[in-house]
Amino acid sequence: MGSPARPLRIVMAKVGLDGHDRGVKVVARALRDAGYEVIYTGLRQTPEMVVDAALQEDAQVIGLSLHSGAHMTLFPAVVEELRRRDATDILVFGGGIIPDEDVVELKKMGVAELFTPGTPLQDIVEWLRRRFPDGARPVPGELAAGQP
Amino acid sequence: MSVRYRTGSVHEAREAWRRDYAAGGVRDDGIETSTISGLEVEPLYTSEDVAGNQEEMPGQYPYTRGIHAGGYRGRLWTMRQFSGFATAEETNRRYKYLLANGQTGLSVAFDMPTLMGQDSDAPTSRGEVGHCGVAIDSLADMETLFDGIPLGRVSTSMTINSPAAILLCMYLAVADRQGVPFDRVDGTLQNDILKEFIAQKEFIFPPQPSMRLVVDSIEYCTREVPRWNTISISGYHIREAGSTAAQELAFTLADGFAYVDACLERGLKVDEFAPRLSFFFDAHVDIFEEIAKFRAARRIWARHLRERYGARDERSCKLRFHTQTAGVSLTAQQPELNIARTAVEALAAVLGGTQSLHTNAMDEVLALPTDRAARIALRTQQMVAYETGVANTVDPLGGSYFVERLTDRMEEEAEAYFERIDSYGGVIPAIEAGFMQKEIADAAFRHQQELEQRRRIMVGVNEFTTEEDDHLEILRIPASLEAEQAERVREVRKRRDAARAGRALEQVRRAAARSDENLMPHILEAVRAFCTEGEIMGAMADVFGLYTEKAVI
Repeated sequence: MGSPARPLRIVMAKVGLDGHDRGVKVVARALRDAGYEVIYTGLRQTPEMVVDAALQEDAQVIGLSLHSGAHMTLFPAVVEELRRRDATDILVFGGGIIPDEDVVELKKMGVAELFTPGTPLQDIVEWLRRRFPDGARPVPGELAAGQP
Repeated sequence: MSVRYRTGSVHEAREAWRRDYAAGGVRDDGIETSTISGLEVEPLYTSEDVAGNQEEMPGQYPYTRGIHAGGYRGRLWTMRQFSGFATAEETNRRYKYLLANGQTGLSVAFDMPTLMGQDSDAPTSRGEVGHCGVAIDSLADMETLFDGIPLGRVSTSMTINSPAAILLCMYLAVADRQGVPFDRVDGTLQNDILKEFIAQKEFIFPPQPSMRLVVDSIEYCTREVPRWNTISISGYHIREAGSTAAQELAFTLADGFAYVDACLERGLKVDEFAPRLSFFFDAHVDIFEEIAKFRAARRIWARHLRERYGARDERSCKLRFHTQTAGVSLTAQQPELNIARTAVEALAAVLGGTQSLHTNAMDEVLALPTDRAARIALRTQQMVAYETGVANTVDPLGGSYFVERLTDRMEEEAEAYFERIDSYGGVIPAIEAGFMQKEIADAAFRHQQELEQRRRIMVGVNEFTTEEDDHLEILRIPASLEAEQAERVREVRKRRDAARAGRALEQVRRAAARSDENLMPHILEAVRAFCTEGEIMGAMADVFGLYTEKAVI
């Protein structure tokens, strides 16, 4: 885990084939504005590519976004890949069009949290603050108060 | 606000109103009074605000009031519900159900692997097959999809872009097998690659060869499939990615001009191909802004086509468009409310003069629609058509001070964006510089902040929430489907004439390498030889290469 002097590093990734990147970009900006270091991988990442990026960037958190309905296959595949590479200390969260029943299942499979449509950005930030109390670089003003 | 002319009495009356308005006090609840796009609007508009274009009639240049003199008195819009899921067989059943329920045209939704030019048995198709549309790998699937549906009598819209030429050839091959000549085949291919680079990001090849494929298909259809709408230049995805209404309008029309330029460069004459260009817009929930956007779109297109491109055929100047209600306006919370949102948006589309309409189902924010939700969505636009009376008068909001002024504003904003795009050297350089992508991401972020700060309200999301369970039954795609579809495509590869398929793919590769050859006849032969979508895309990728974008947040 990162020392308090170093902000939490988060790899944000689009897994699967869909190109809907509105959500992931909005969340990435909000997390950056909240004082985290955010690395956005871009589109169409395989689970292997996502884990590679997280290890290379020495990230403690992976955020996954998917809107095509393949979450039940691809989110667990990322968790499995972390297990295979002995990197289960990296926390995985996800977002997208994910029905309630699937949220329950995915949590059982090792995805730490899922954020579905309508979630305030503040909820995601607060969740990270709870998980990593020392993770954010201090930011002047409120969350997302200023444009980058 | 600009004052175009003034008459003594109106001006005085307005001043008197202004005093009363100020004295009455205004709401101070912190809620934005600008449009959902952030466009400031006045509390009142009068005859002082409108330009002198009040003599324009529907069906007359520049078609602000509609492209047909008779509006919906002449003909109602086409009710065209976008659908497709699971296998070709399942989707074929849904199409027959929709046609039996009064739908008047088909619209195919493909799954992600099909949209991305991959076969169902490709490793990267894992988990995606049949989920957000129907899986089509080869002509065999396309034949199943339209089994028992006479292609000479229905018009079909196909939402596909990078592999659009292949799917069009599959459709033509099915028509051929049904004995329908190409000149009787009617429908629309989305085929709009530019907005993929800008917004939806389902690109495969780099921009230049992608544009060549689009122009190849336009050129081919101009000669062989004259009733086909060769492209549906789309703002929908731009808007859904977070743009404002003005950005949607501007970027879409700029794309349209880029296609016109590319076809002219090929040597086509503007009046040969422009009548078959069509458009596709979003209908968001801010009703007047949307109506103004549709009206401005027609006017801008007409002016540019006539004045800049010298079009003489009036059909070249008439912007025809399909509309879909805004997916992004729907909420997972209290999802039945989506029926009401969709009704308002459908009204905006109709008041804006759309030629065809898809109304979203309430559960589309959660999954693909169930039969019940799909039926309610179709019934919603049937109510707009037959109960509300809005179809009885042509352009019923023409002359509204507010709508006319907003229409002018939309036009001004679009023209300003055209200049900025020109300063990059055109649409493709602007895409490569990330200009539109950045504008859209900024607008999306701004909107999200407004929601966070509750300066905008989404009912059920950041206000008027409920703890009640608002669970809807949703459509589930069986997990076994992927393996079955993968088996089906392997079977096709096994059963076909291997030598013919191999030759056809080689011809596609060879034609791709020659810029003076139209790819369409070669793709058609490959499709008929039962080459799969993935194989044909692969053959072209050998020559064209693949595109990746620089990821920016």
